[in-house]
Amino acid sequence: MSTPTSTSDAEALIDSLDKKGPLYRIQGALHRFPWLSPLLVLILAMIIFYLLNHRFLLPANLSLIMQQVSIVGAIAVAQTLVILTAGIDLSVGAITVFATMVMAKSAFENGVPGPLALVLGIAVGAGAGALNGVLITRLKLPPFIVTLGTLGIFTALTLIYATGRTVRDTELADILKVMGNVIKLGPFTITWGVIAMILLYVIFAYVMRNTAWGKHVYAVGDDPVAAGLAGIRVNRVLFSVYTAGGVILAIAGWITIGRVNAASPNVIPDANLDSITAVVIGGTSLFGGRGTMIGTFIGAVLVGVVSNGLSLAGLDQAYKILAIGILVITAVALDQWIRRVRS
Amino acid sequence: MTTTTTLQPVVQAKDLLKTFGRVVGLNHCSLELYAGEVLAVIGDNGAGKSTLIKCISGAETPDSGEIFVDGKQVSFKSSIDARTAGIETVYQNLAVAPALDIASNMYLGRELRKDGFLGKVLRQLDHKGMKVKSKDEMTRLGIGTLQDMSQAVETLSGGQRQAVSVARAQLFGSKVIILDEPTAALGVRESNQVLKMIEGLRDRGLPVILISHNMPQVFQVADRIHVQRLGTRAAVITPSTFSMNDAVAIMTGALKVEEKDQAMGPVRGA
Repeated sequence: MSTPTSTSDAEALIDSLDKKGPLYRIQGALHRFPWLSPLLVLILAMIIFYLLNHRFLLPANLSLIMQQVSIVGAIAVAQTLVILTAGIDLSVGAITVFATMVMAKSAFENGVPGPLALVLGIAVGAGAGALNGVLITRLKLPPFIVTLGTLGIFTALTLIYATGRTVRDTELADILKVMGNVIKLGPFTITWGVIAMILLYVIFAYVMRNTAWGKHVYAVGDDPVAAGLAGIRVNRVLFSVYTAGGVILAIAGWITIGRVNAASPNVIPDANLDSITAVVIGGTSLFGGRGTMIGTFIGAVLVGVVSNGLSLAGLDQAYKILAIGILVITAVALDQWIRRVRS
Repeated sequence: MTTTTTLQPVVQAKDLLKTFGRVVGLNHCSLELYAGEVLAVIGDNGAGKSTLIKCISGAETPDSGEIFVDGKQVSFKSSIDARTAGIETVYQNLAVAPALDIASNMYLGRELRKDGFLGKVLRQLDHKGMKVKSKDEMTRLGIGTLQDMSQAVETLSGGQRQAVSVARAQLFGSKVIILDEPTAALGVRESNQVLKMIEGLRDRGLPVILISHNMPQVFQVADRIHVQRLGTRAAVITPSTFSMNDAVAIMTGALKVEEKDQAMGPVRGA
């Protein structure tokens, strides 16, 4: 059909495109492995903070960073799932706190046995996520609006249920506090909460890469119409993402109780935006369909490293906020550039 | 026509009627597709081409009329029903997930899992198996130049994406492939690649319904041409007995073709 000359012309053109230079290669590599750029920034940041203050790389400090990251890190797993479907969840922090209050207060005031209180909290998290899922798939409302509304609803329910009171250390059921348990790993001091967060990443990295459900989440975020035509039940996938997210958030709530050793309606006020920050810095596209769990993990750790490193360097908190703002904009700009890859 | 009744059509639509409010989309329209042929469907805008195809592919349900697949009457409620019956449609917008790789797209919604514990309990996908089979399928379609099945579909050219969609359609043992304007967005070289692919499908015995506006391409690959006009079938002709100008004349109503000059039965292998 095609004449030999036109074929070789086209091949020559492709060759010339291949020789477009190193920038083109970098773009291609980032397109394949979107977590490469946050990893490079993370390594760079760690070198700089070490040079500014040698205490930065001490095992005790690195352990502290991981403990500081554990809550937002766990929440960001749920946020990654939602953002991969081209959605956004503004209610993650509210669901997490709601779950912690249900766990702590049902055990303390209503005499529910500790393990049952934990299960109850997880069920409430799943229910809250499912409510988001139903509103998004049945009422066809945009996730931004739905979760903005449920952010208010869950926050209010938490405040009404908590009656403005904190459940303190001695009042907490034992099982709710295990996430604060400490393990010595050589020179490092790790809590169960850190391990639980890392386990969430391992599990969901596996699920996203190796199961059909994971592929369907990517496909739905990439192009819902195409996914539907390929036989995927788009609404069912979306609903399952928000519900699974609710379960993850309840586990994040359990980690929160262990970390702060109390359950209060006013913990983690910045969790919503922090989780989105971690996901975006981690190379996941806000337009859906591309991103990885490992990227979000790197993003969450990077935020923790910047925050810790700047305070060790003796800089004001304002510089941390500044640095993270710049990181977010850089990450999204990079994503836009990467998405332009075409052969 | 009586000489061909011994041969059963793979897909037959009989007397389809479809109205949208007061607009008549299909006015007692029929279509037959026989084994191993490429049937082109042409017609002016609004002639009912896409309504006809949507009825056959399950995207629309006709108000009345019957559809048969291999002689058995079917009633499609959705495109998934049609797919189960073996009718795969490659849509104009291709229905691929651009950020996913070729193998994942090929098996999207019908993934293969590993055997044993890994597959049954851990639900692990058989990435390697899917890649190998995808590669085989692409090579069979004459797109052997693509080596890496883990390449994202968005990095492919239009013709290659078309090939991914077609490969996916035939991977699942479909009986019929419907291609909706497959070359509309492609350049000359890519279009030729797709036309070759259509001929390849036919040569392997898979019948194809091709909807196209492009007369030279239709005349190049089609065995029979179904001309749609005013919601019904104006004529079925062959590229060897009629010219492109005739086809346009039939589309516009300037030319009427007598029953005996039409190609209502299969012409291939006859």
